[in-house]
Amino acid sequence: MLKYVAKRLIQGLLLLMLFLALLYILLDAQPGDISLQLSANPRLPPEAQEIVRERLGLDQPLLGRTVTYVLNFFQGDLGLSFTQYPRTVGSVILEKLPRTILLFLSATILAYYMGFALGKVMAWRRGKTVETGLTLGGVAAYTVFYPWFAILMLWFWGFQFGLFPLGKFIDVDEWTGAPMAANRVFMRMLISLGILGLVLGAVSLLAHRLPPERGEQVARYGPPLVLVAFLAFWWLSPLRSYVADIAHHTLLPVLTLASVQFAGVMLLTRASMLETLKEDYILTARAKGLPQRDIRNRHAARNALLPVVTSLVLALSFVIGGGILTEGIFSWPGIGGQLLDATLTEDIPLATGTLGVIGIIALVGHLISDVLYMYLDPRIRTS
Amino acid sequence: MTDTLTAPPEVPEQEPLGSIEEPLWRVRLRLTKRSLVQNWKLFVANRIGLVGLVMIVIFALMAIAHPILMATVWPSQIYHPINGYDAPVSEKLVVEEVTDPVTEVDLTTARIQYGPFTEIGETVSISQQPAPPSFGGPNPHYLGTDPLGRDVLSQLLYSTRSAFFLGLIAAMVTVVFATVVGSVAAFFGGWVDSVLMRLADLILLVPLLPVLIVVSALFRISLPLLGLLIGILSGFGGTAIILKSQALQVTVKPFLDAARIAGGGNGHLILRHVIPNVLPLSFLYMMFTVTDAIALEATLSFLGLLSIPMSWGIMISIARTQGYLLGSLEYWWLLVPAGLAVSLLAAAFFLVGRAMDEVVNPRLRQR
Repeated sequence: MLKYVAKRLIQGLLLLMLFLALLYILLDAQPGDISLQLSANPRLPPEAQEIVRERLGLDQPLLGRTVTYVLNFFQGDLGLSFTQYPRTVGSVILEKLPRTILLFLSATILAYYMGFALGKVMAWRRGKTVETGLTLGGVAAYTVFYPWFAILMLWFWGFQFGLFPLGKFIDVDEWTGAPMAANRVFMRMLISLGILGLVLGAVSLLAHRLPPERGEQVARYGPPLVLVAFLAFWWLSPLRSYVADIAHHTLLPVLTLASVQFAGVMLLTRASMLETLKEDYILTARAKGLPQRDIRNRHAARNALLPVVTSLVLALSFVIGGGILTEGIFSWPGIGGQLLDATLTEDIPLATGTLGVIGIIALVGHLISDVLYMYLDPRIRTS
Repeated sequence: MTDTLTAPPEVPEQEPLGSIEEPLWRVRLRLTKRSLVQNWKLFVANRIGLVGLVMIVIFALMAIAHPILMATVWPSQIYHPINGYDAPVSEKLVVEEVTDPVTEVDLTTARIQYGPFTEIGETVSISQQPAPPSFGGPNPHYLGTDPLGRDVLSQLLYSTRSAFFLGLIAAMVTVVFATVVGSVAAFFGGWVDSVLMRLADLILLVPLLPVLIVVSALFRISLPLLGLLIGILSGFGGTAIILKSQALQVTVKPFLDAARIAGGGNGHLILRHVIPNVLPLSFLYMMFTVTDAIALEATLSFLGLLSIPMSWGIMISIARTQGYLLGSLEYWWLLVPAGLAVSLLAAAFFLVGRAMDEVVNPRLRQR
């Protein structure tokens, strides 16, 4: 298993290098280069222009520059941002990356959870009104013009009802006199969420390992208890109001992104369940007289899960695209929004740097879904 | 609906396959027609697919209607989707507190827009941009005008044509790339297969939207070029991988060996035997490419990154940049028609694709 993961990791690294090289070649293919901007001063003699080009390494052949770019990228040197001049691209991205990760991760988890639960029901009730309604809703959510949908959500929930703030990440007025910077509070939130996820995973693992009666009890009472403990921790902490402010700003973008993503998962789960339901072992389970719920959840759904997990890879592009638009529309200061800003202001180093990091996110997502797939499919796990 | 599905699809009377005298093309034509009729029945059995098809036809009619309307009833200087201009004039009562923005106007606005000596209680005629839908007058604007005084309906119809144009290019490029790459990789195997599939992996891995965003910052992208880019990226990525697995099933069939023994070369085998067998699946994924292409174009022009004169995305982008977003019910005609058009056309192609999926993939059919 470890060998498989290692192999995947190396493949991923090679792909990333290729991607970065292609990115640089694309960048190089645009007319003109940065030295023309720096040496645009007509009083600069040609020799001085040549020195500028040499200092920037632009006199090297394309291959050499590409290799330099890729190597620099791996050393974390992504160049300087034009629009935020003294800052490096790396520091801009490092500041914004956690917020993007939170947005993508929570929306994806929510979407897959909801989509799988509903898709299961859809396939089980094929031909009923529930299915038709969910199909229509799913197709509508899947094909709706996303920026438009996000704007309508923002208008409806944020403006018309005033339930949520109109974008941004914090309410600046509330943060005057805050004991620490918003980013540090946010990092703590992220870490606590990670711990929450780990504890929930441990609880469900425990529920599987224990004898059935005890296990069922753990599965029923464990997660709510952990959640209550989690909420109580933040309720009692001195940073309560600040954490609540960030959470308040996070909720609407996450829900908007998830509600579009979940449709694809739901439709796919339905198709996959329909194929599984035709298998002989479902007939066997029915013949044995097992309760319908057990057939649905244990026999059909668990096998239908595999293609859905594979689709995680195919949907990744969709998720990332949606995430970028979400960040743009909700003024969410993550790297997707930064990519849009950098593109519109022609801050080329920042734009390519963020694109490279988005490529890494896609790669990591790819890797995670591969490992998940292996974990879920014993045929791959044991071989 | 269920009745037609439970019974196996009706096969028309088995006609004799033709005697020796009958030319081969006629036999082929009859076989093609028979399979078309069968598949059509399967397709129609799924009402949702039919709904999608009807929606596509309606949009196609809209696209055709625009040049006709421009040539007959719509004078170009008023209704041209890009250069047209009209500022509908409406009579308004000057009041202190505006309760009905359609018929009333407050003093300050009236003094700015009409004349500095306007008093409360007077009726003034104010020209408006954006103007709400109007049905009377010499130049009715059924969907109002945009913030620059251009007719929204005309823009909507004009953009339909470019959406179809883009979808067509993207779809054709996808089909060509995906079928050729998939078939060649499956047929030859070995290093050709490895190279092509690793390349497809790379393209699949790269998220489409951010790449297009950055590319559009570096280069000028027109509509045909965008179609080409989307077609290549989606045709060479996921679709090629799926088609390759389909083509692999074809390459192990006995008829391929038979053709090879009969003396068929590689080109002949691929063109006449492998490609025709993967083409139906290819057309299926073409539908999904069209959905993606329409959404992507609208998104990119919504962000103002394409050099396209007019499209649905640009209509929403204008409403956004001119600041009409959050009053969206008051200025609904700026946001709703274009947004609905993008969503509905994308949904229509998606629905047709789904219905085709059930035709092509027997495992999805009910029973």
